Amino acid sequence: MTMTVEIDEVSKRYGKVEAVKNVAFDLNVGETIALVGHNGAGKTTLIKLMLGLIRPTAGQVRVLGEDPARGDFAVRQRLGYLPESVSFHLALTGRETLSFYARLKRVDVTKADVLFERVGLTPEAADRPVRTYSKGMRQRLGLAQALLGEPRVLLLDEPTSGLDPALRRSFYDLVADLRDRGATVLLSSHALTELEGRADRVIIVNRGIKIADGTLDELRRIARLPTRISIRLANDRPAPVWANGSSRWKKNGQTLEADVLPEDKIALLHDITAHPDELADLAVAEPTLDDLYAHFLNGQGKP
Amino acid sequence: MTNILIIARKEIQEGLRNRWVLATTLLLAALALTLSFLGSAPTGNVGVNRLDVVIVSLSSLTIFLVPLIALLLSHDAVVGEAERGTMLLLLSYPIGRSEVILGKFLGHLAILAFATFCGYGAAALAMSGTGAEVGSQSWIAFGFMVGYSVLLGAIFLAIGYLTSTLASERSTAGGIAIGIWLFFVLIYDMALLGGLVAAQGHAVPPLLLDLLLVANPTDAYRLLNLGTGSAGALSGLAGIAENSRLSPPVLTIALLAWTIVPLAVANLIFSRREA
Repeated sequence: MTMTVEIDEVSKRYGKVEAVKNVAFDLNVGETIALVGHNGAGKTTLIKLMLGLIRPTAGQVRVLGEDPARGDFAVRQRLGYLPESVSFHLALTGRETLSFYARLKRVDVTKADVLFERVGLTPEAADRPVRTYSKGMRQRLGLAQALLGEPRVLLLDEPTSGLDPALRRSFYDLVADLRDRGATVLLSSHALTELEGRADRVIIVNRGIKIADGTLDELRRIARLPTRISIRLANDRPAPVWANGSSRWKKNGQTLEADVLPEDKIALLHDITAHPDELADLAVAEPTLDDLYAHFLNGQGKP
Repeated sequence: MTNILIIARKEIQEGLRNRWVLATTLLLAALALTLSFLGSAPTGNVGVNRLDVVIVSLSSLTIFLVPLIALLLSHDAVVGEAERGTMLLLLSYPIGRSEVILGKFLGHLAILAFATFCGYGAAALAMSGTGAEVGSQSWIAFGFMVGYSVLLGAIFLAIGYLTSTLASERSTAGGIAIGIWLFFVLIYDMALLGGLVAAQGHAVPPLLLDLLLVANPTDAYRLLNLGTGSAGALSGLAGIAENSRLSPPVLTIALLAWTIVPLAVANLIFSRREA
């Protein structure tokens, strides 16, 4: 079985608010998935459903083949969870906190100590009360508890918020390491930009509906976002023929800009660079992940 | 069971760290010592067993203080963790919700029991240190008094958890807890007394009086400790106790029910709630 999490036409309603509407997707072994959406889009609700903290109004959630909301919670032993803006009991030290959670998961407490090193908390810091921790240190402690007991499925809710760039990188190294060991890692985020090259798959949700699901390349292909080409003409030359004839060029100060679809891009570049001396400058801007994200949100997802 | 002990252990650890244990123990010990030495001054050494006097004064102290400490410990237990965000993480672990509640209850009860044993024990030790003659009967009564004090604490812990699961904010839970304390410790008895005065000597049906006494755990506690033995003669409660059909076993069962019912209701509400 390579499927670890199965979300089958799940809806969750809080009173009149439908937090999640008919969402379906599967997560597989060794996959890193980014769950992307605005605040309030339903990311946290989906994660809580996978943890079994709430029950779906309709549909079915299965994690590692079981219903996480039912039974003896055995499945939670194989789950790691990092809540959004994690908090701990302030009076206890980092070490006491981690051994408390290790005991609950029936993990050897001495093994838990290794995790401090893995997430980059010094032994000196581990023996200080959590009260004295910075946001980044709390986040690391949160990650350490999520890693207890080699989880098969990791659900990380906005894991990199509040981390500095260096820490962010080491965090993603850790995620890659876990993926290589066969864990399913679900990261939720409200920004796509930092996920480039880090997530195998992106699921975009908006207002409780899944609006896109695929690798970044697939999403790019589906979105067919135009590439923007900007050129500056050489001053001492007459305007080239292609610049006058076509309506695609827009004048923006000294530069001409055109948005071209992926399939036209090469041909156009070929045309305009046929006479290099006509150009003073040329820039090609591929659509960014933010553009891609905005496209899916605005279109409300016609895939 | 293991999960319950893990939670209880963490609560005790936290109680030690934020000095709850130390503070309550010192407070109870200081007040108990003061009461047992000052309180026995008017009676002198004539006739009365000094430990019986201590039982009377410490019982009154318990009725005021132990419910207050218990409510302070417990009103925050559920709603506070939910508000600080630690509950969400805890519930994602392989642990049942009733285990969370019972574990916290056990931990808090251990803190309270420790403070009571040490605090009141200090008073008893000091008393016997002065060389006063104390009969074994009085020692047994004293032991029961300490035990019942812990039971009274358990009741208000349970009531505090119920408040904590019902309230949606910490401040609300705190307010309700203070209200509960005022009601059971002060207002109820005043109202009862007022009612008896208003009845102008008409005999209150014994069954009604019994019910009224059991309906307030602090009254049941008072009756248990002060209604019997030589402490009863001292406190003047023996009169009520004699006319009442509330024997110590009945009263003990009432106190146990006062613990179990709120705890069970809190458990039920918490288990049905979605986090």
